[in-house]
Amino acid sequence: MKTSMTRKQWLLSGIVAFTCLASTAAMSGPIENYSPVTAQRLENPEPSNWMLYRRTYDGHGYSPLDQINTSNVKNLTPVWTFATGVVEGHQAPPIVNNGAMFVTTPMGQVIALNAKTGDEYWRYKRQLPDDLFQLHPTNRGVGLWEDKLFLATTDDHVVALEAKTGKVVWDTKVQDYRKGQYMTLMPLIVDGKVIVGGSGGEFGVRGYIAAFDAKDGKELWRTYTIPGEGEPGHDTWQGDDWKNGGGSAWMTGNYDKETRTIYWGVGNAAPWPGETHPGDNLYTASVLALDPDTGKIKAYHQYHQNDSWDWDEVEAPMLIDLQRNGRTIKSLVHPGRDAIFWVLERTPTKINYVAGWPFVFTDVWKGIDETGKPIVDPAHKPVIGKRVEFCPSLWGGKDWPSAAYSQRTGLVYVPANENFCGGFTGEKVPLKPGELWLGTKPEDIGLKTKPGADHFGELQAWDPSTGKKVWQHNFPKSQLFGSVTATAGDLVFVGGTNDRNFRAFHAKTGELLWEQKTNSGIVGMPVSYEIDGTQYIAIQSGWGVDAQRIQDALVTNNIGIEANVPQGGVVWVFALKK
Amino acid sequence: MHAWPKDPNTSVVRSASRLNEILIIRLDPAELDEKTRARAVDGIIAYSAICSHAGCPVTAWVKSDVGDKEVFKCMCHNSEYDPRSGAQVVFGPAPRRLAALPLALADGSLSVAGNFMGKVGGAQPG
Ligand code: FES
Repeated sequence: MKTSMTRKQWLLSGIVAFTCLASTAAMSGPIENYSPVTAQRLENPEPSNWMLYRRTYDGHGYSPLDQINTSNVKNLTPVWTFATGVVEGHQAPPIVNNGAMFVTTPMGQVIALNAKTGDEYWRYKRQLPDDLFQLHPTNRGVGLWEDKLFLATTDDHVVALEAKTGKVVWDTKVQDYRKGQYMTLMPLIVDGKVIVGGSGGEFGVRGYIAAFDAKDGKELWRTYTIPGEGEPGHDTWQGDDWKNGGGSAWMTGNYDKETRTIYWGVGNAAPWPGETHPGDNLYTASVLALDPDTGKIKAYHQYHQNDSWDWDEVEAPMLIDLQRNGRTIKSLVHPGRDAIFWVLERTPTKINYVAGWPFVFTDVWKGIDETGKPIVDPAHKPVIGKRVEFCPSLWGGKDWPSAAYSQRTGLVYVPANENFCGGFTGEKVPLKPGELWLGTKPEDIGLKTKPGADHFGELQAWDPSTGKKVWQHNFPKSQLFGSVTATAGDLVFVGGTNDRNFRAFHAKTGELLWEQKTNSGIVGMPVSYEIDGTQYIAIQSGWGVDAQRIQDALVTNNIGIEANVPQGGVVWVFALKK
Repeated sequence: MHAWPKDPNTSVVRSASRLNEILIIRLDPAELDEKTRARAVDGIIAYSAICSHAGCPVTAWVKSDVGDKEVFKCMCHNSEYDPRSGAQVVFGPAPRRLAALPLALADGSLSVAGNFMGKVGGAQPG
């Protein structure tokens, strides 16, 4: 009898504890008055919001807000912060829709916050499988459609959440994470289609871009970035190389709403040394023009052939109307990982080469022919059985962090890296599912700094019409590994350095106007939004993944740089001091 | 060397989950710290091959980035483990040592003497 009383008491206190928990949770709770996202709102977003990866479908990474400007940015001050509770690379832009902010973090978390106060509405934590391995433990954001959010995960699912509550609406498996197939990108949303691309270029995947119905998660189409038998471009491969030839597609595409065309960047060929997969290897290191309804490839441009340097060209090109030699060009602008600043022309049926020039030092290219193919110097192209050195490094002139374009200044702002070279000895290695497949010993990969180099990171401002560099800011002791955002206040915001600073530059002159030390290094994307007449700047600070890999490599170069950039994610939100 | 455990009674090789994969290495017993030596057979020691950072397989045996000794290295994000002292982390983002697998001699053959000591697998948020 006594025992049963005790148990009952225990049960009762359990209920009390549960009630307490529930009431704590009730302090957060659902988002009230959530604004459903429509095609019209994504095509012409309100200046106050940031609902797409680069805010607008053209990929400019530009906010038309100008309350914070060159004369008052010195008064920019933190208004709230929020700890994400996890380490590793926080690469996602805080997505903002009429006062509701959605932040994704490594380990598959989505956090919904009140963008004005920093109060949490809800948090989704994905239960990742125990046997998951993550070469890139990161995520770049949620896509929005109607009353849902869409997350692409490192265990290779697309998950739809109810925006108000964070409840799972559907969960679709895309491929098999056990084979090294995973996703890190923010889905692109076009007319109710959730469009994603796969990662895994270091695990011997065959890359793809796929669309799912926002309503129920049903797959609508899947286009492989490497053509199969009988498809155009298949003959740029030999034997079975195409089956594991890479061509991952792990960054969000841009979208031309007039012609209804998606522009999507494609990654490196696999394994790395081109000798292991002879041919041009379409559509690796390319941009694809796709029909959003069917996934049909309308056109392509391959930036470089027979990729041998791990130079993913996954960042989608920006859609810019350029004045060049007295005519308006509907252009695609892409500062490439291959060190070439590419200007292309997009037409409904073709992508034409317009111009290209190196924006950092490279010894790989001897020039570009009139069709837009770069001419390779064989002395700097990795081969089997011999160590080959090349510049820039595997991380390229600019990796995935996004460049920005300001409609006011007409300039493109590039987070570039100079004075880095790389090298490795190629070897034929059999593919083992789920293991790194690089075509070289991973421990053989090097990053060397040029002797006597006085800086590494460069924030560059280019005029894409003339090909002239207008200004440049050098970072003496750091790489630059963060996305850039421009605003109508003639400001350019960027983190990306190992000293943990977040900075604002004058968009016209490059003058450093403001900086703030944060908790960690910043590898994320700055955004801007407005609520009740106040303009805010938001960024996630949380160092990791490739920024840290470069940091490790810098340490081994014995140039007085240490590895200890602290990790742990925090959302920072700034406004002008009142 | 990479290995999979085998059940001595059924001869089943337990390779269905990658969490069973182990690293086996033979080192000079004099180099091992006391606890590690207690789990070793003649300098042969075994650890889980799953990196405690983000769960990649630990694949390399190379000179450390921060010392002269050779260490186990996970090539995903450069975490290094010293097998001589319980696979403690000597470099990189790994939050804890590799799980150790105690070994013993049974009927003259090398076998597993107990469960993994420590957690197998990568870190997960709480
Ligand atoms: S998974 Fe091994 S170092 Fe990251």
